Amino acid sequence: MSAPRTAVLALGDDALVLSHRLGEWAGNAPVLEEEVALANIALDLLGQARTLLSMAGDEDELAYLREERAFTNVQLVEQPNGDFAHTIARQLYFSTYQELLYERLADGGTGDTELTALAAKAVKEVAYHRDHAEHWTLRLGDGTEVSHSRMRDALDGLWRYTGELFRPVEGLDVDWAGLDEEWARRITTVLERATLTVPGGPRSSPWAAGAGRQGVHTEPFGRMLAEMQHLHRSHPGASW
Amino acid sequence: MTPPAETTAPETTALEAELREIAGSVPDPELPVLSLAELGVLRGLHVLGSGRVEVELTPTYTGCPAVEAMSADVERALREHGVAEVTVRTVLSPPWTTDAITAEGRRKLAEFGIAPPRPGAGASGDGGGPVAVDLAIRCPHCGSTDTTLLSRFSSTACKALRRCASCREPFDHFKELL
Repeated sequence: MSAPRTAVLALGDDALVLSHRLGEWAGNAPVLEEEVALANIALDLLGQARTLLSMAGDEDELAYLREERAFTNVQLVEQPNGDFAHTIARQLYFSTYQELLYERLADGGTGDTELTALAAKAVKEVAYHRDHAEHWTLRLGDGTEVSHSRMRDALDGLWRYTGELFRPVEGLDVDWAGLDEEWARRITTVLERATLTVPGGPRSSPWAAGAGRQGVHTEPFGRMLAEMQHLHRSHPGASW
Repeated sequence: MTPPAETTAPETTALEAELREIAGSVPDPELPVLSLAELGVLRGLHVLGSGRVEVELTPTYTGCPAVEAMSADVERALREHGVAEVTVRTVLSPPWTTDAITAEGRRKLAEFGIAPPRPGAGASGDGGGPVAVDLAIRCPHCGSTDTTLLSRFSSTACKALRRCASCREPFDHFKELL
């Protein structure tokens, strides 16, 4: 049985787009160790993206030749890196979600063996990403006045993109409401330990419509795609 | 549930054993002190017909960029041994763990200055995933267990960066993936 195309594209696009965003830190991270850490996380995600997109078609065509509206990643992953706290908040929200989702898929939530195998492997990598994000959330939240306020602003700013994570993805047999509950429980635990509070605003924007999974993206995504696809489109078929 | 992905009925022939030995002795492109067999990434080798061989490799991490170099190296080694057609397949299931590294592989890692992963047979507390890296890890240079974590990621995704408080040397630790 082959994986439902909508599902592998959605998960593959999440991994690809976040990988690209994290890659933007290369040469810009606050310390060398973080530069290496973010690049390694990006590499794990890129490996997942390649496997997932290859289940749906040609990985290069899908990554480099689709238009913005054809990408079905959640809007959270396309948000710009912002300051380091924003990147960590995005990592915390997303890796917690991704770990919980992959755990369920590894348990055979799709009945698809290829996707099950990928999820079983990737969940271990993502657990480490989540661990990394949690450590930084604790350090920034329970750090200085400045780091605390930056972390709080980042968590608040990205909160509106977290509702979308739990909209059902066609082809994945997952208890989305249960996933959401577990996610909220884990995020609350981490934020409380970090002396932060769970943001209170709405978890989706009124203008978001069907949002990322339906191909509706936020403004920064177009610019990111232009940069990501430019080389491939300018030199089709080039290799080295 | 994940169906068992073990290769079916491995009634290995003498030729397969011989070719497996050759493929298994190819060095890892990023950790050349280890062979692919010692790293535990060579999953299978099947002779499909005269001069046709299929090799199964599993990546350490999904995005491990060394897999492509490994495939090319295995293909070259087998061709040099007279195999006309080599197909290398990447398999993900069951996922690779650091327990797949052989005892000899661990010894070589330490000798090379990389603290080997600690064995995790049955020790993985909460259902898989990496274990916490704050248990004692021995400095591969001076043998002290007084070492601290500098960074959870190092030169490759599979390693963490630590420093020894006794000899002050930084070193890589092949982190546990269970």
